[in-house]
Amino acid sequence: MSGESIIEVVGVGKKYIKRNSQSYPTAREQLMKLFRSPWKLLDSPRKEEFWALKDISFEVKPGEVVGIIGRNGSGKSTLLKILSRITEPTEGYVKLRGRVSSLLEVGTGFHPELTGRENIFFNGTILGMSRKEIQSKFDAIVNFADIGDFLDIPLKYYSNGMAMRLAFAVAAHLDPDILIIDEVLAVGDLEFQNKCLNKAEEISSNSGRTILFVSHQMSQIRRLCHKVIWIDQGHIRAIGGTAEVIGEYEKFFLSTDRDLSSAQRLNQKAAFRQWYIQDSGQKVHVLSHFDSVKVVFALEVYKLLHQPLIDIALKNAAGQILWGHRTQHSSLSIGSYELEFLFAFLPLSRGMYSWHISVYDLEGKVDVWEGLPMMQVELPSYQHHSDQWSGIMNLPYKLELRQLSEIDGYLLR
Amino acid sequence: MLEEIIIKPRQGLRIDLKEIWQYRELLYSLVLRDIKIRYKHTAIGVGWVLLQPLAMMLLFTLFFGRFIKTSTNEMPYAVFALSGAVVWAYFSNAINNAANSLQQYKYIISKVYFPRLILPIVGVSVGAIDFAISLALLMVILLFYGVTLKLTLLALPLVSIAVIFVSFSVGVWLSALNAIYYDIRYILPFLIQLWLFASPVVYPVSVVPEKWQMYYYLNPLVGLLEGFRWCLSGVGAIPNSFWVSIGIAILLSIGGVTYFRRVESTLADLL
Repeated sequence: MSGESIIEVVGVGKKYIKRNSQSYPTAREQLMKLFRSPWKLLDSPRKEEFWALKDISFEVKPGEVVGIIGRNGSGKSTLLKILSRITEPTEGYVKLRGRVSSLLEVGTGFHPELTGRENIFFNGTILGMSRKEIQSKFDAIVNFADIGDFLDIPLKYYSNGMAMRLAFAVAAHLDPDILIIDEVLAVGDLEFQNKCLNKAEEISSNSGRTILFVSHQMSQIRRLCHKVIWIDQGHIRAIGGTAEVIGEYEKFFLSTDRDLSSAQRLNQKAAFRQWYIQDSGQKVHVLSHFDSVKVVFALEVYKLLHQPLIDIALKNAAGQILWGHRTQHSSLSIGSYELEFLFAFLPLSRGMYSWHISVYDLEGKVDVWEGLPMMQVELPSYQHHSDQWSGIMNLPYKLELRQLSEIDGYLLR
Repeated sequence: MLEEIIIKPRQGLRIDLKEIWQYRELLYSLVLRDIKIRYKHTAIGVGWVLLQPLAMMLLFTLFFGRFIKTSTNEMPYAVFALSGAVVWAYFSNAINNAANSLQQYKYIISKVYFPRLILPIVGVSVGAIDFAISLALLMVILLFYGVTLKLTLLALPLVSIAVIFVSFSVGVWLSALNAIYYDIRYILPFLIQLWLFASPVVYPVSVVPEKWQMYYYLNPLVGLLEGFRWCLSGVGAIPNSFWVSIGIAILLSIGGVTYFRRVESTLADLL
């Protein structure tokens, strides 16, 4: 048994087809096509194929906790969807030996009109528990969720935090052989995250559960995982021990100094050397607090610059510009410079970002740099737990609901 | 013993009935949840179940009762109309629910695995409770009109199950088509209306000209309604048309389930 793997992934690939016009063919389109040129119906429409995953092979032994890392769009989520059987692979196969539960979201199927009790049962069965099983764990779930008297009250009256706790409580009491978790720990406040992380640790160490865990947060991966798989552009880039792979990953994305030999070789007038966040005397590339943030860009000027313009853009992983800025200076003589921005705070969602920076002078482009390493944001999340609704800003808040009057009395008058 | 799951591109179109059985608790949960949510949203709750067929019976009796002179299987027209209305109300709701089931649950489809065929089954099952309640109403009306209850009434539960099966055979097609073609949701209300007129709900089969009856019986609701009313009237043996309906429904569901299976493999990518 010990030698046998519990998860075996062999040559898995997933091809998506982007249709040119739209992905939803209408019956009318099909009929028109049949009418106009029946022979063409056999042709495949002009479409673009792309492989979200290709040649993925790995094994997981029972009891291992494996982290999956990679940038957004690297294929991580597709891999999880295949392992959770939500979508089928185009090629290759996966063997799973044992009961699988996947948590791609917490609280799947929660309904606001149903009570906490009803939602526990429904969510539990969706996640693969039998009613009998839920019955036997019911008290433990309610205790963990800590929702007190709200058990028989419809979910719509719950605070966001309460609903989250309830959802995680159900998930934490799943008892599968293999547990697949997708970033679900990235929601809720820090205290709640910690509670979840502790529970995950407890599950893996006490019961020898096999866990596959996707996260952007290296701190969580370091804490939980024995082994890490780094996926990049649909391929496995590295696989191995946690420290080793995360080290490589960070070296790639968080490597500090830029290689300036090419800039000098090309006889540039100036070049950006590095950027960093100044955090209590240290140069870091991780944003982890909502206090003021000093972002520093280091510029080497090799020849005098007349009236230089410095443009800065903060881009998210999808390439969207979240903030852009231009500064103009009279002139910069030869030497090393630091351009320091002091932001009151940066309300960003978790994930990877990059600072694109460029300098122009009167004669045109001097240097354009895409600001490696990327900036990693690990702030507590104040956003909707579902990606679809979370938006791009992560605005910290204090929330209060006040009842000002009783509506029926008011209306009657 | 560890169960082993192999995930690979599926080639065959075989439907794993055993798997659906394994997921029966989810099926039950989904049905229960749907029913609960529905009644929490409405003011008179279960009342609607009785109101819909009763209103139909009243309307039919007022507007059609006097025009339809031909025999209605030796039962008062009101009873004839109500029996049609009860079956029709269930059938139209069931195929409508089934058709929308994949859309309705797409947020679950994209997050959790389960055999997707459960969803159209849920769609036709949710109304089964209402159907049972309206059958009870039908019994009351039978007694009210002084119709003598025949022994054939004992077959009513079985014929009712056939009604659910026929609805499934149509619903499974609609659910898969609706996932692929956007048009289905616009065609559906029209289709349901047309189907009402093409079925002996308000009128007996005998008003249909004889030369067309052969085609008429291709509509599985025709034999189904004749079988259903036979249980109430108890005249003669169960009509052959009932078995024709069952045969058509079996063919429809084999085709529908196979087609559903084909759509299923790309479902998460489509929705």
